[in-house]
Amino acid sequence: MAVLELRNVSKHFGAIEALNDVSLSIEPGEVVGLVGDNGAGKSTLVKIIAGNFPPSSGELHVSGELTQLHNPADARAKGIEIVYQDLALANNLSAAGNIFLGREKTIGVGPFRILDYQGMYKRAGELFAELKSETRPRDLVSQMSGGQRQAVAIARTRLSDPRIVLMDEPTAAISVRQVAEVLNLIRRLQSRAIAVVLISHRMPDIFAVTDRLVVLRRGRKVADKRVAESSPEEVTGLITGAIEQA
Amino acid sequence: MTQITRDHSPTDNLSRQNDRGLLAWLIGRQAFWVFVAAVLACLALSLMSDRFATGQNLFNVTRNFAFVGIIALGMTVVIITGGIDLSVGSVVVMSAMVTAVLMESGQPVLVGLAGAIAVSLLIGAINGVLVASLGMPPFVVTLGMLSVARSLAMVLSNNKMIFEFGPDHSLLLALGGGSLAGIPNPLIVLVVLALITWFALTWTRWGRRLYAIGGNEHAAILTGVPVKAIKISAYMFCSLCAGLTGFLETGWLGSVTTNLGQGMELAVIAAAVIGGAHLAGGIGSAFGAVVGAMLIEVIRNSLILLGISSFWQGAFVGSFIVIAVAFDRFRRHSNSE
Ligand SMILES: Nc1ncnc2c1ncn2[C@@H]1O[C@H](COP(=O)(O)OP(=O)(O)OP(=O)(O)O)[C@@H](O)[C@H]1O
Ligand SMILES: [Mg+2]
Repeated sequence: MAVLELRNVSKHFGAIEALNDVSLSIEPGEVVGLVGDNGAGKSTLVKIIAGNFPPSSGELHVSGELTQLHNPADARAKGIEIVYQDLALANNLSAAGNIFLGREKTIGVGPFRILDYQGMYKRAGELFAELKSETRPRDLVSQMSGGQRQAVAIARTRLSDPRIVLMDEPTAAISVRQVAEVLNLIRRLQSRAIAVVLISHRMPDIFAVTDRLVVLRRGRKVADKRVAESSPEEVTGLITGAIEQA
Repeated sequence: MTQITRDHSPTDNLSRQNDRGLLAWLIGRQAFWVFVAAVLACLALSLMSDRFATGQNLFNVTRNFAFVGIIALGMTVVIITGGIDLSVGSVVVMSAMVTAVLMESGQPVLVGLAGAIAVSLLIGAINGVLVASLGMPPFVVTLGMLSVARSLAMVLSNNKMIFEFGPDHSLLLALGGGSLAGIPNPLIVLVVLALITWFALTWTRWGRRLYAIGGNEHAAILTGVPVKAIKISAYMFCSLCAGLTGFLETGWLGSVTTNLGQGMELAVIAAAVIGGAHLAGGIGSAFGAVVGAMLIEVIRNSLILLGISSFWQGAFVGSFIVIAVAFDRFRRHSNSE
């Protein structure tokens, strides 16, 4: 059964049609590449799945169940984790503080609970080690490099046991070595039957890890096919509109 | 590739965490330097004026500073979220007036206190809802409330002074004006509230999320933090601090007039900012609010003791805000290079 299914989803902001009648189905453990030109509607699609705003029309099914997500916490509760394009980090907090933002670890009895700093630092350290990132849990995000910030945003998705992880350009600001680590991470998620939606403008990344490709152009889905049956040239054509449909 | 990436074990990552010592940490804190400045100012004053270190003067200084300090704690919480509350002075008079009217009509002091708390929480909730739920700028909302609340206090009292507080009259005066083991009661309230605020800011989810909202409100929303509720609670907390101050000041002064707390927002904001709270949000501490209030009161007291006209006070407090913000700008600018 599909872990996530969109049926005829549209979204408009005033006169702008950001998404137009998009249907999409993602199986457990499947890695789907979502590509398209700037403004094609990729981030809008992610934000609908993340519960940031509802679609103007259309349905969202999570594990076969018709679902309405009212806010990001709803989506998390359904096992949906997001790496946002702008990373959504608070600069004045530490790396660990950002990872645990919104679901801080506490210790105590009943309603008397205090923050479990040690526990959070420790877990954050483990997550960074898993990502092979040199990011330190206690460092302030404001003092971090682009790659470290990205590592924080990615580590955040690993806190819970998600069913699906959406990554909006997770490799845009990082070094070659870290790109490789992110791609490895995606493979590890896949091996544990976690579905991944990868948004990227980098063709090599898409072709390296994804099973299936979805191309958006001006809010419409113009292609949805197995990567093995496509080529970077075809995808580029689909993105720019040189190829109408596939 | 595996060869490059294998040389970092988790212990590596964790062991490097805290190589800066306590001293380095202290030196990096604005609140610490303000504290040092306040202590130095006290020393200088006791040398320059033989009236400073007298028991009566110190008693007055600590009590005055307690009133500003209590509200500065609440103001710091609001400033951490990236907001501001200009209405605190009017909340002081409004809650004092509610206490006074209730007690004048024969109610016990507990009812007077409950009235002050209720009205201040209500005002805070209105501020918070307008800011958080309707997305209005805090400056505008609380500036409006500054005017509305003071005006309502005038309506409530018919602009008369109230100095009769019914059967619990002397109890009220003892609560606000008395002392315990030589320590003025308002100062005790300040210390207790400061500890509570410090604890809440450092050790609770609520505190952590206040900082997150001030740091990046959008990120806080995206990660599922209940941003609106937390912002509303921040304004309610700030208002509550002002309400408690109104109650205590009523007992201390023994009378309430409608100009109580007028212009107090400036001293309170100055205290918070001098104590290291960033008006842009995301940074501030309970300790900072207290030492900021302390420094302001010591300076104000020194003007009096040194015989400088009290007309100068506003100039000092106002310049302090600007200097504290400028100082911070300068420091951050040099840090980023
Ligand atoms: N909150 C919003 N309000 C109004 N218009 C919006 C909003 N969010 C997105 N849009 C518009 O919707 C369209 C799709 O934007 P979206 O961010 O989904 O593109 P994208 O495919 O992620 O592009 P990029 O590759 O640049 O990240 C754009 O025309 C954008 O201007
Ligand atoms: Mg985008």
